[in-house]
Amino acid sequence: MTPEDWRIVAFTAGMAAMSTLSILPFGVALAWVLARFEWRGKSFVETLVSLPLVLPPVATGLILLKLLGRRGPLGAWLQDVARIDIVFTWKAVFVSLGVMSFPLLVRSARTAFEGVNPRLEQVARTLGAGEWRVFCTITAPLAMRGILGGLLLAFARALGEFGATIMVAGNIPEKTTTLSLAIYQSVQLGEDGHAYCLLGISVVLAFGAVWLSETLCRRSAR
Amino acid sequence: MRLLLKNISAPLAHFSLEIDLELSGRAIAVVGPSGAGKTSLLDVIAGLRPVVSGVIRLGDRILADASSGVVTMPRHRGIGYVPQDLALFPHLAVRDNLLYGARRVASGGLSADWDRIVDALELRGLVDRRIHALSGGEKHRVALGRALLSSPSLLLLDEPLASLDAALKDRVFPSLERIRDEFCVPMIYVTHDRREALRIADQGVVMVEGKVDFHGSPEEAFARS
Repeated sequence: MTPEDWRIVAFTAGMAAMSTLSILPFGVALAWVLARFEWRGKSFVETLVSLPLVLPPVATGLILLKLLGRRGPLGAWLQDVARIDIVFTWKAVFVSLGVMSFPLLVRSARTAFEGVNPRLEQVARTLGAGEWRVFCTITAPLAMRGILGGLLLAFARALGEFGATIMVAGNIPEKTTTLSLAIYQSVQLGEDGHAYCLLGISVVLAFGAVWLSETLCRRSAR
Repeated sequence: MRLLLKNISAPLAHFSLEIDLELSGRAIAVVGPSGAGKTSLLDVIAGLRPVVSGVIRLGDRILADASSGVVTMPRHRGIGYVPQDLALFPHLAVRDNLLYGARRVASGGLSADWDRIVDALELRGLVDRRIHALSGGEKHRVALGRALLSSPSLLLLDEPLASLDAALKDRVFPSLERIRDEFCVPMIYVTHDRREALRIADQGVVMVEGKVDFHGSPEEAFARS
């Protein structure tokens, strides 16, 4: 393991953690809305949220590239307003990891919210609690393990992201190279030993995150 | 207590709740076959189920008036609700359950009701326990105490003793009588148990398929149900 390898590990784990934490409030809010309300168009939103799970990651990456590129609607606007370039920078890594792990967070959190007995929330309201207090003191604490499990699952997914990242961020040494991209590059160059070393680190990180997630979800289901 | 439910209509899964009823008294027993809409009636009064028409008035306060769009939110109704499954908050200790809706005095401390209610329901030894560590009868007393500590002007009890065996019912029942007599909180009491209804209620309401079939004495209500 070279210092550059450790830098890649730190960059990947840092990006995965940052992107996962940044989608947390949106994912939890959407999961709560999906779990507690019925409205026209709900199934459309559910399908849209789940799309990154079933679309080829490269296709999601292409969509992001077209949206965030300098000529894309969002990319051009960001360039005009704040002079921010997204594609082929660390910001593109951040966005692609967030987009690809978002559905896993929403699905886990939604299941957790659906597991909270609505009667508890109703009784809290009759005891004088407003909606925010009901959410903070009843719903969220009872769904917390499921939400944390989803968060760890999303983090694990972000750690292993490849297709969307290479489309929108490329594989630029010391700028956008993540663990998955480094493994791919090592195999391409015939450096199998180096690839196995990085693979080992990926397995340890992903195993730890998924194991914790499973443990939390199992306790949540009890 | 004077509760007016005038031309209330609320859609349920298989039929519509249609209620035109004026209640006054200390304890009203609501009886009727399973699925008659008794729990839905309590939900409507508590504001947990919307009505499509009619007026609900408790004393001088309008809780809902569908024609003018006035709806008092459940948290502002001042109605205590003990559902059939008690809905105790499993992640909170008994003390936190009891204090969830408790009124505080200006200094931030507990009101005098705390001591009175905790002693009356024999809860003092339970306050530091977790919910899952309570017996069935203790859980019922905690649920009653939690509802009482929110200083309700009306208490809704949905088959509060249904899950208890006869011996436990006899131990918990005096708590309900104390609530009625000492705390003077009027209650609407859904039950299938004739003995409970006759012991606690001064009025009876029979419900069948979402409608009031009879309103009168509890003895007659049970004779008709």
